[in-house]
Amino acid sequence: MSEILARLEDVCRTYQKGREKVEVLHQLNLEVPKGDFVAIMGPSGSGKTTLLNLLGGLDKPTAGTVNVGGAELSSMSNSQLSRWRSTNIGFIFQFYNLLPVLTALRNVELPLLLTDFSSSERVKRASIALDIVGLADRARHYPRELSGGEEQRVAIARAIVSDPALLLCDEPTGDLDREKADEILRLLQVLNREHGKTIVMVTHDAQAAEFANRTLHCDKGTLEARVAA
Amino acid sequence: MKYFRLIWKNAWRKKIRTSLTILSVFVAFLLFALLSAIGFAFRGGVDVADAERLIVIHKVSLINPLPMSYMNRIAATEGVASVTHASWFGGYYQDPRNQFPQFPIDPKSYLDMYPEFTMPTDQIQAFERNRTGAIVGQDLATTYGWKIGDRIPIQATIWTKADGGRTWEFELEGVFSSDDPRSSTAVLLFQYDYFEEARAFGKGTVGWYILRVESGADPIQVANAIDLQFANSPNETKTSTEAAFAQSFMKQFGNIALIVTLILGAVFFTLLLVSGNTMSQSVRERISELAVLKTLGFTDRSVLGIVLSESVLIMLLGGLLGLGLGWLIIQGLAQQIGSFLPGIFLSPKAIVIGIGMMIGAGILAGIFPALKAMRLSIIDALARA
Ligand SMILES: Nc1ncnc2c1ncn2[C@@H]1O[C@H](COP(=O)(O)OP(=O)(O)O)[C@@H](O)[C@H]1O
Ligand SMILES: [Mg+2]
Repeated sequence: MSEILARLEDVCRTYQKGREKVEVLHQLNLEVPKGDFVAIMGPSGSGKTTLLNLLGGLDKPTAGTVNVGGAELSSMSNSQLSRWRSTNIGFIFQFYNLLPVLTALRNVELPLLLTDFSSSERVKRASIALDIVGLADRARHYPRELSGGEEQRVAIARAIVSDPALLLCDEPTGDLDREKADEILRLLQVLNREHGKTIVMVTHDAQAAEFANRTLHCDKGTLEARVAA
Repeated sequence: MKYFRLIWKNAWRKKIRTSLTILSVFVAFLLFALLSAIGFAFRGGVDVADAERLIVIHKVSLINPLPMSYMNRIAATEGVASVTHASWFGGYYQDPRNQFPQFPIDPKSYLDMYPEFTMPTDQIQAFERNRTGAIVGQDLATTYGWKIGDRIPIQATIWTKADGGRTWEFELEGVFSSDDPRSSTAVLLFQYDYFEEARAFGKGTVGWYILRVESGADPIQVANAIDLQFANSPNETKTSTEAAFAQSFMKQFGNIALIVTLILGAVFFTLLLVSGNTMSQSVRERISELAVLKTLGFTDRSVLGIVLSESVLIMLLGGLLGLGLGWLIIQGLAQQIGSFLPGIFLSPKAIVIGIGMMIGAGILAGIFPALKAMRLSIIDALARA
């Protein structure tokens, strides 16, 4: 395959749970080539979110290295990671996590506040992102005025507005019915195929995983490829 | 400033709660404006005092008169550049409620002593020429609508005339104003010569002397020399700087400044509790939103700044409204009771202090919630949501 965008090598992550140490990830290795769309499945508590957090620079490994787009995340400071995230990663969550006090457009604009773009340039780019997810006509609506599927599309627009290479999705369809879920998954597919976004998506849902190029199963801190059912 | 929309929208997350908080800030700063203007009026004389001017009064009290003969002896004292005198007339205009100071003075030397009072030269000359002439400050002229040439009858409460009359009538010859907006011009001045000649008793005395020390002379030494000169006479003197004089005069009203400070202290303590509570509730409600901001790449410090700005914004909104209304009320009060309480004025210094207090209180009320937001761990916050 082509160039590797993200590489985890011998990554361990342990949490202190009271007096006990819990090793959530044990010597995990993962390579994500540029342009890939990977689905990660696994039972609850198997460490999927932890893995995404490491890929997105929200968390640091206890041991091992995390390299994304040439940046060695495990050696960066918190403020360096903040700056890096703002241009390199788009996050999409199960519960959308839009700011209720801002309109759709202003939610999408948020990551651009961290750039030097002028106000009109920010609005222009946010409008384009909303257009890509098919919500141009909803720009002035507040999250409470949108359906769950629409909220998630606004969240996707926010994730792509600063044009990051890697999208990390944590159960993006977990809160949606089948029909809406498929719309979101098709949108992710479009972003992967037509806009060249590399996507790592955690999901519970085997049907959702079918939209990806490949599926990895996460269990007891290890990842393995299985032939999708 | 590009964060302004975010800060503004967050501040209004709960409209009623924010409105109530702003209302309490508003009331606190309205009170601050009114109390500091009143406090200013009571301190006013002290602040505008001229360090080179000394006041000589009777050692027993301000009310006891001093002999006119002291004038020349004070003038001859070493270190004294010039002397003038004034007396308390204590009358009213038309109605006993219309009280303001009236001083019989010597026009030339008195106006020389107070260069901050300015008036056109022709008006000064007209005043000097007219025995029954008077001049008033702009404040008074405005309050009573007086114009030059008006006849102003003043009812005496102390000084009956030799002919038994109680009405002293003056012709208005001039209106003076002050260079210093803080010093009161709510005063009527008239000729001592007329006063001396027409009054029924107390002849040959004045209320107090005002003198200017020579530049370079030590005011304290000059004051001591004057008091020593009249020691062991029937009319001993007490000489003090204008500032000290104003202070001792104001002490008659009790320690207004302390009372003002205590009231404001209590108000602002309550204010901090109210707005501190608002901010910590507001942060607690949006832990996950703050975590999302950090996920998007907002640094810990910018999250701190956003929460603090929100707190300061709420203070400024309420505070500026409070100061603004306070200013309007004080303007109105100055018109109404300016002659009772001259120098009632919201000083630029008080406005600057007020704005400083808004920012300070905003930071104090917001700092703990802001630190909490800053230290928030993204992973924990998102896992909890
Ligand atoms: N901050 C944390 N502190 C302690 N334990 C944690 C923390 N985050 C996750 N864990 C534990 O790590 C395990 C894996 O969590 P997670 O990565 O969220 O799993 P998944 O997303 O696959 O459900 C769970 O047992 C969870 O309780
Ligand atoms: Mg999870």
